[in-house]
Amino acid sequence: MMAAAADELRVAECYQCGKCTAGCPVAARMDRMPNQIVRQVQMGDLEGAMASAAIWECVSCQTCTTRCPKSVDCAGVMDMLRALSAERPSPAQERHHTILFQHAFLKNIRRHGRLNELELVGTFKTAVFAKNLAVPFLFKDAMLAPKMAQRGKLKLAGGSVRDREVVGRIFDRCLRGTDS
Amino acid sequence: MELGYYPGCALHGTSNDYEDSVRACLDALGVGLKEVNDWICCGATAAHSINHKLSIALPARNLALAERDGFGEILAPCPMCSMELLKAAGLMKTDGALRQEMGRIVELPCEGRTTVLNLIQVFQKVGIENIKAAVKRPLEGLKAACYYGCLLTRPPETLRFDDCERPSSMEAVVAALGGATVEWNYKTECCGAGMTMANEDIVLDLSHKILTNAAAHGANCVVVACPMCHVNLDMKQADIERRYSVRHGMTIYYLSDLVGRALGLTDEALGINRHFVYGG
Repeated sequence: MMAAAADELRVAECYQCGKCTAGCPVAARMDRMPNQIVRQVQMGDLEGAMASAAIWECVSCQTCTTRCPKSVDCAGVMDMLRALSAERPSPAQERHHTILFQHAFLKNIRRHGRLNELELVGTFKTAVFAKNLAVPFLFKDAMLAPKMAQRGKLKLAGGSVRDREVVGRIFDRCLRGTDS
Repeated sequence: MELGYYPGCALHGTSNDYEDSVRACLDALGVGLKEVNDWICCGATAAHSINHKLSIALPARNLALAERDGFGEILAPCPMCSMELLKAAGLMKTDGALRQEMGRIVELPCEGRTTVLNLIQVFQKVGIENIKAAVKRPLEGLKAACYYGCLLTRPPETLRFDDCERPSSMEAVVAALGGATVEWNYKTECCGAGMTMANEDIVLDLSHKILTNAAAHGANCVVVACPMCHVNLDMKQADIERRYSVRHGMTIYYLSDLVGRALGLTDEALGINRHFVYGG
C-alpha cells in the first residue's frame, strides 16, 4: 500500500536538486531537510523518515510541492509519513505537541461536527500536561482569554450541527478503511 | 447576486470579526449569502495529516450538502476550507470509483459540481470596476502589503487562482478603492498557519519575518483574506513583539474590511474595532 502511495506522490522522480528545501519556511529548524526525507522514502526507509521530528514541523504550506521541477508531491510525502506514524504511534512521538493537537482537533470535530475552540484548548492542554507535566504550558496564553472575551472572540459553545451522528459514522468508515 | 456560504469553524469562532466583515461588506455590494445547511468542519490540517480518506470525506459531505441545497456556487472565505473543498470537488469529478465510495461514506451523493469561491473571487464577480464606482471614501494614505500566504494560490493545480509566485488580485481590489500597495518579498510565504497552538515558536518566527518585511518596504498595513493569517499576524503580534523585542504596531486588515470602509461602512459594522492591533 505504501509503495502505491509513494508512486502516486512521484517519489521515484526526485533527483535531489534541493528546491523543496530551499523554499521551505521551516527547513532551518528541521532535524532533517525535506529533500533528505524524500530520499529516505525513495530508498524505502519509511521507519527512518517517520522517526524524524521534521514531519511534525512541516506547516503544510505546499511550497515544496508547488516548486518541484519533477512534480514530486513533497508536502504529500509529509502527510503520508504523518498518517503512517499516527497509525503506529510510539511513546516518543505521542509526546509531540503537534500530534496531540491534531488528535484533539479530530476528536473535537467528531463529537460536535464543528470545532468547539474552548473545548479544544482544554483537551489539548490536558493532553500535553499528561505527557510532559509541564505546568507553564498549561497556563500559557491564559492572559489572552480576557482580551479575546473583550473582543467577543470567546464562545462558550461552538455552532450546532443538527445531524451530528453522521459525523461519527463518517469517521468510523474512514478510520476503519471500509465504507460499509 | 446570491451565493451559498460555507463559513467554516474559524469564522464562527475566534475569527468572527472576519465573518462580520465579509457579511457587512458583501451586503453593501448587493451579494446575499445563504449558509449551507448543517455544514460540518472541513477537517483542516489535522485530517490531511492523520487520515487521507477523512480529509476527502469531510469536505465531500459539505459539497454534497451544498448540492442538495441547490447551490451552484459557494463562498468559503477561509482558504484552508476552500482548498479542502476544491481538492475534494476535483477528485469527485475525475475519479468515479472514489465518488461512489464517498457517496456511501458521507451518506449523500456528491458530484463535485459546486464552484467554490474565495473572497477575492467574489469581488471579481461583483466586478472591480463596479466596486470602484461604489467607493464613497477612497482609502487615501493607505500603503498596503497584500499578503496571500499559502492556500489562496497553492497548490496551483487545485486552486487555479492568480499567479502562485507573484499574485496580484488583491492589489487590483485595493487600487480600485483608491489605496496604494507596496511591492514586497513575503506575499506568499507561510505565517505558520494552524500551528498557532501546537508549535507557537514556528508561528512567531515566520510571522515576525512577514511583518518585518512589510514594514521594510514601506507598508503601513497588511491585508489578508485568511482567518489563520489574521490570527497569527494580529492576535499574536504582541507575543511576536515580546519575543523579538521589537515594536511592529502593524494593522492587519481583512480585504473585506478595506472594501467595506471605502463603501462607507463603520469599523464597528466590519468588526475592525475588535482586532488586537487597532489604531482607529
